[in-house]
Amino acid sequence: MSRELILQAVISGLLMGLIYALVAVGLTLIFGLMEIVNFAHGEFLMLAMFTAFWFWALGGLDPMLSLPFVAILLALAGILAHFGIIRRLLKAPMLAQVCGTFGLGVALRAGAQFLWTPDFRTIANPLIAGRVQIGPIFIGQPQLITGGICLLSFAALWWFVTRTETGLGLQATAQDRQAAAVMGIPTERMFALGWAIGLGCVGIAGTMLSTFYYIFPDVGTNFALLAFVAVALGGFGSILGSLLAGVSIGVVESLGGLLVDPSYKTLIVFGLYLAVVIFRPQGLFGRF
Amino acid sequence: MDMLEKARAERLWPRPPLWVSALGAAALALLIGYPFIFTTSFSHHLMILILLYALMAQSWNVVAGLSGQISLGQAIFFGIGAYSSTVLFAKYGITPWAGLMVGMLLSALAAVAIGVPTLRLRGHYFAIATLLIGSSVQIVFQRWDWVGAASGLYVPIERTSPLFYLQFHTSKVPYYYLALGAAAAGYLVVWKLRRSRLGFRLQALRDEPDAAASLGIAIARHKVLAFMISAAMMSVAGTFYAQYVLVLDPERLFSTEISIIVLLMTVVGGSGTLWGPALGAAILVPLSEYSRIWFGGTGRTIDLILYGILILFVCMWRPSGILSLLAERIRRRTGIP
Repeated sequence: MSRELILQAVISGLLMGLIYALVAVGLTLIFGLMEIVNFAHGEFLMLAMFTAFWFWALGGLDPMLSLPFVAILLALAGILAHFGIIRRLLKAPMLAQVCGTFGLGVALRAGAQFLWTPDFRTIANPLIAGRVQIGPIFIGQPQLITGGICLLSFAALWWFVTRTETGLGLQATAQDRQAAAVMGIPTERMFALGWAIGLGCVGIAGTMLSTFYYIFPDVGTNFALLAFVAVALGGFGSILGSLLAGVSIGVVESLGGLLVDPSYKTLIVFGLYLAVVIFRPQGLFGRF
Repeated sequence: MDMLEKARAERLWPRPPLWVSALGAAALALLIGYPFIFTTSFSHHLMILILLYALMAQSWNVVAGLSGQISLGQAIFFGIGAYSSTVLFAKYGITPWAGLMVGMLLSALAAVAIGVPTLRLRGHYFAIATLLIGSSVQIVFQRWDWVGAASGLYVPIERTSPLFYLQFHTSKVPYYYLALGAAAAGYLVVWKLRRSRLGFRLQALRDEPDAAASLGIAIARHKVLAFMISAAMMSVAGTFYAQYVLVLDPERLFSTEISIIVLLMTVVGGSGTLWGPALGAAILVPLSEYSRIWFGGTGRTIDLILYGILILFVCMWRPSGILSLLAERIRRRTGIP
């Protein structure tokens, strides 16, 4: 096993991990705010990919150009989901919360399969394609730009949450709902904002993913599983944690595929989850 | 133990007025006579599926409804049950009846192996862990050559002694009674369990884990025990299902879909109640089968769309399930608490 090959695997794992991280950060944000795990998260990713696909197939708009539209549409879907569904579920016991979001996911996935068939689709001739060579390493251009955009989104999110008044309100709501409400923070609006940001991130991740990945109704399932792992690894509610965890998962998965056996690479990541939740249930990194 | 005595004295349903008892007796008679009242093969098939799913949903109910842990990996035990009997029969010619027992044992052992480390986790952590373990087990079985890897196994056709080989090729009626027997046994076990010391401890640690622990209930051990019972029940359904369809497909047997469907049925019917899972199966199985007939094609998944929306609505508006709605009705009409 040459050093170049390993380096290659690490870098492609790193880039894939940034997508996992961006999917996971939405999940972690929503959980941090209202202690609800969105089991339909993968399906929203799938919807984002299909939205980008249809922008391209029907409107001829490249994913790079439709990116803001998809992100905004998904954010709106998040607000809709919050006011239409989640607000009611919050009052129900945890079992109903898990099953409710799960049911939403099942319906979305089956709906997508009904409307668009289970076929795999790809976006042909995207604006960015090909690969760049850095020394002995080849990197796909879409992956590289995707990684960059994911990092930018994280930076923006970090700035928003820690440096703006609204972001601080978001943090306050996550820490103590009642106290925040007493301080005059509109917690209900913060919840909706959390869903908008969370699914907006999913919109960005899905659009970028659609430039180099297959698009099909079941695509979200695996990403959601990995996002769950990332959230648990990073600690529920931690933004920086989910970035580090997502990237670690990408690298572990890619290296595992190279060193052990590609068909078992997901197993290695799942094993990692079990090890972490059993020995360090609060995750590897703290909250926020 | 005053509560325990009182609970033991409690009847299968709260002391019913005459018309409710009559209805119950009629339902029982209907269940026993069903294959002779509805004679089409499809009506037999429908009821076999309802009974098997009622058993599977009840198995989920034991973990989630009684001990309060949401398992998203029940398909593991369904698959183990199916594989145990089929591997033993196909490779060694051992009767599926023995395979049934082996499957229950292996499932219970698997439940210990999975439960001991993970049942200490609360809430979402356990749910996600079982979801991941479920997918992992599927990946392993899809690549395990000895059990046929991704193409699965066939149950060898054997026409000499149907009862011994547990396969009936001329009629579905024997399968119906087997499924009825399995479901009845399962429900009897859970009915007993709910009124037993173990059942009470489980419900206590579901509702107030800290208080239960302070009373000296070994939380982890009790939860593992509930998980084992649940796994064994699921395994029985798996064995009967394998003998019914005669084909083992790891893609289907270990699918997350099965784990999810048993959860949906229980929650729709009413989790934590004895008859909720059966009610859920009786609603959702026909919904799935008829939507397939009306809209055609298994790939179109209308049934799953309806499932998803139904469960979402139940969770939003009636988190305690449809059964609680009926119970409330009866209570209001009869004035019995």
